[in-house]
Amino acid sequence: MDLATFLVQCLNALQYGLLLFLVASGLTLIFGVMGVINLAHGSFYMLGAYMAYALAPAFANLGGLGFFATLAAGVVLAVVFGYLLEWAFFSFLYERDHLQQVLMTYGLILVFEELRSLAMGDDVHGVAAPAWLSGSIPLGTLMAYPVYRLFISGVCVLLALGLYAVISRTRLGMMIRAGASNREMVSSLGVDVRQLFRVMFAAGVALAALAGMLAAPVSSVYPGMGNQVLIICFVVVVIGGIGSIRGALAAALLVGAVDTFGKVFFPQAAGVLVYVLMALVLLWRPGGLFKAT
Amino acid sequence: MNSLALRGERLTRKWGGVVALDGVSIALHRGEIHALIGTNGAGKSTLVNVLSGEIEASSGSVELGGVDVTRWTQPRRARAGLGRSYQRSTIFPQFTVRENCRLAAQARFQRPWRWWSPASADEPTHRVSRDVARRVGLGEALDREAGSLSHGEKRQLEIAMCLATDPQVLLLDEPLAGMGAEESERMLALLAGLREGHAILLVEHDMDAVFRIADRITVLVDGAVIASGTPRAVRDNPGVQTAYLGGAA
Amino acid sequence: MSARAIRIAVFVAAALALALFPLVGGKFGVDFVTKMMVFAIFALSLELLVGQAGLVCFGQAAFFGIAAYATVLATPRTGAASVWWLLPAALGASGLFALFMGALSIRTRGVYFIMVTLAFSQMAYYVAHDTPLGGGTDGIYLDYTPALGIAGTPLLDLGKPWPFYYFVLAMLVAVFVFLGAILRSRFGHALAGIRVNEQRMRAAGFSTYPYKLAAFVLSGLVAGLAGFLFAVKDGFVNPELMGWNVSGTVLMMIILGGIGHLRGAVIGAFAFSLLEEFFKLDSVFGDFAKHWHLGVGLAIIACVAAMPHGIAGGRLRRATASNTEDAEVHRGKP
Repeated sequence: MDLATFLVQCLNALQYGLLLFLVASGLTLIFGVMGVINLAHGSFYMLGAYMAYALAPAFANLGGLGFFATLAAGVVLAVVFGYLLEWAFFSFLYERDHLQQVLMTYGLILVFEELRSLAMGDDVHGVAAPAWLSGSIPLGTLMAYPVYRLFISGVCVLLALGLYAVISRTRLGMMIRAGASNREMVSSLGVDVRQLFRVMFAAGVALAALAGMLAAPVSSVYPGMGNQVLIICFVVVVIGGIGSIRGALAAALLVGAVDTFGKVFFPQAAGVLVYVLMALVLLWRPGGLFKAT
Repeated sequence: MNSLALRGERLTRKWGGVVALDGVSIALHRGEIHALIGTNGAGKSTLVNVLSGEIEASSGSVELGGVDVTRWTQPRRARAGLGRSYQRSTIFPQFTVRENCRLAAQARFQRPWRWWSPASADEPTHRVSRDVARRVGLGEALDREAGSLSHGEKRQLEIAMCLATDPQVLLLDEPLAGMGAEESERMLALLAGLREGHAILLVEHDMDAVFRIADRITVLVDGAVIASGTPRAVRDNPGVQTAYLGGAA
Repeated sequence: MSARAIRIAVFVAAALALALFPLVGGKFGVDFVTKMMVFAIFALSLELLVGQAGLVCFGQAAFFGIAAYATVLATPRTGAASVWWLLPAALGASGLFALFMGALSIRTRGVYFIMVTLAFSQMAYYVAHDTPLGGGTDGIYLDYTPALGIAGTPLLDLGKPWPFYYFVLAMLVAVFVFLGAILRSRFGHALAGIRVNEQRMRAAGFSTYPYKLAAFVLSGLVAGLAGFLFAVKDGFVNPELMGWNVSGTVLMMIILGGIGHLRGAVIGAFAFSLLEEFFKLDSVFGDFAKHWHLGVGLAIIACVAAMPHGIAGGRLRRATASNTEDAEVHRGKP
């Protein structure tokens, strides 16, 4: 494998891993801090992708800025949706045991899939990357790397840094970290836990939806995309350690690398490698790589 | 016949940089109640965990009835006669008192391959179950759900489950925890009655109870033994007085 | 009448009702109930692990799929195989995989255990999906329905709906009675103790690892039986049989039916299947019937909200560690 190809694969692995991180970070926070297993998290990713497809025409006349407008609108809608969903549904799941949460959120997956099917049909759609991002950067003499993929990685890195800043530097982040290690303590300190959870949940939904919107031009928009991403994200969360953002990042990058290079070197075993990785990690560290945030 | 039932020899346990146990040696003899006292975090629970096999010692050895069991797992030590009760009750709340004791007794008569024969028809375990329940004073409560017992009764059941495995050594972790005066009296009488035929290690915070019932006392501070001997000797020990009993005897 | 007598009476009545059903069921009905009974056996296998041993396995589909594939792959090109050796072969395959999966997974706890079991079943899935071993995404057809006979004389023609129906019913009854005996035995009681408080069982002298592994293998064998029956019924296997959707579905069935009782598994399997069929009826939903997932999803949410202990109800035996214990595990406490 020559250097240029290797670089391309590295960039692919990075981009895939970072997108996984966006989705997985929400999942790990929701599970780690709020103690809720949410199988429907993949649906938020799917909803984001479909939003990108649906909203793009609305902002088409804004030219280059249209794409950012779509993203912004999508994020706002996702936050509102997440906030309402927590209030109407998820807040009732906190007292339930894990198996009941699993079953109820499974029902939610079915509901979301069908609502999406009713609203937007079951066809596979493409979403165009904005014109100014659709070129390629040459790498070496033979290969070129799509600018849009670099853009995705860039946005994800910014978001990761932002997440890190919020978690470690702000009061909100402090409350989240405290909540991850001791929920009862946080509420006895006078923090409005309900509100905190609502905000966190909405943020988790927004991150997943944003990931879906960013991924849409690259992976296209199709019905099963939520389920696929969900199972991989659970793997990421478990490898990284439940409740740990740092762990989610490390694990997501690891999974991205194993999956990307796995497809190159062992195409027949590609699908299974990620699971082998998880099994190996868990047999070595039964609690995942990192402790909660 | 040698009455030495359990010996821990220079047991050390480290967690990362923290030394939880520092070269602790302890000997338990049959017919003796040996109390283990010390401040919170002194390492009492760690010592019990190491002796029972739940945690591995970083160094040192444990001998049960003259046999080196340092490498043995907890279930194996239990089958060899080492019983243990927990500070937070580990009874099975949704089973009856009878079933709690019976299940513990089953550890001695496992035979899991006889799938056609129901556990309820298992005479040996039922007999043991009745005996130990009666011994701890729960003879009348056999068919009550364990979760509905009072706190003191649950602690009694915890002891019963220990006894159901017919141990020679009993490691009792704060059996009096959370008990009122009357219940404590009952428990103390029960423990005194268990002295014969067993070697008992009693971890306790209740100093009155300890000095009343113990034949020997070992004092643990910061993971190390600072005194060990008869209750009088320990009480008169100046190191113990300052470190633990707070000055004047 | 004692509680035990009532349970037996209900069991006999249910078995009788199922035995008489083909007389009124019609072709579709017989086919549908056969499918439900196969899933009931599948659900019972998971109930043993989850409800009794407290091991929430998210990879049950692997045992199901592997046995189904073994059934198809072991059938010779030349003619029908005898059930007497084909069934044990299928069970052997799923049992061996259960031994392998269990031996490695049992060292983990809580949510991590769930995910490790998922990982192993996904490995099986990808072997079937991506390698020539499993015939790829297209799946493989069963060349000949296995023959059930003694010394050359055929007993039942498993290719025909009615004989196959009664064969499956007999298997379901046998599995139910067998698992009932297991649960009442010393082994079963020990499993229950391990589920409620593994630490106390170890302190008493039970080596808990072999017990859990045995439960795993037994569960794998029963799930394998369901896989065998499924392969014979449909005559076709594909990698999706080992997918996590199938593992999820059977888990849903036992949660819906009520964890902690064998009858919960059967009730859940039947209820889930009926729920799906109901929402697919275009006589009721017309054009909307193709969106039957919506109805099923809402029904599941409503069921869990209204009946947190499942349809079979009764005391909720804590199937897994409580949420706080789980939380402690995933907060990384030593």
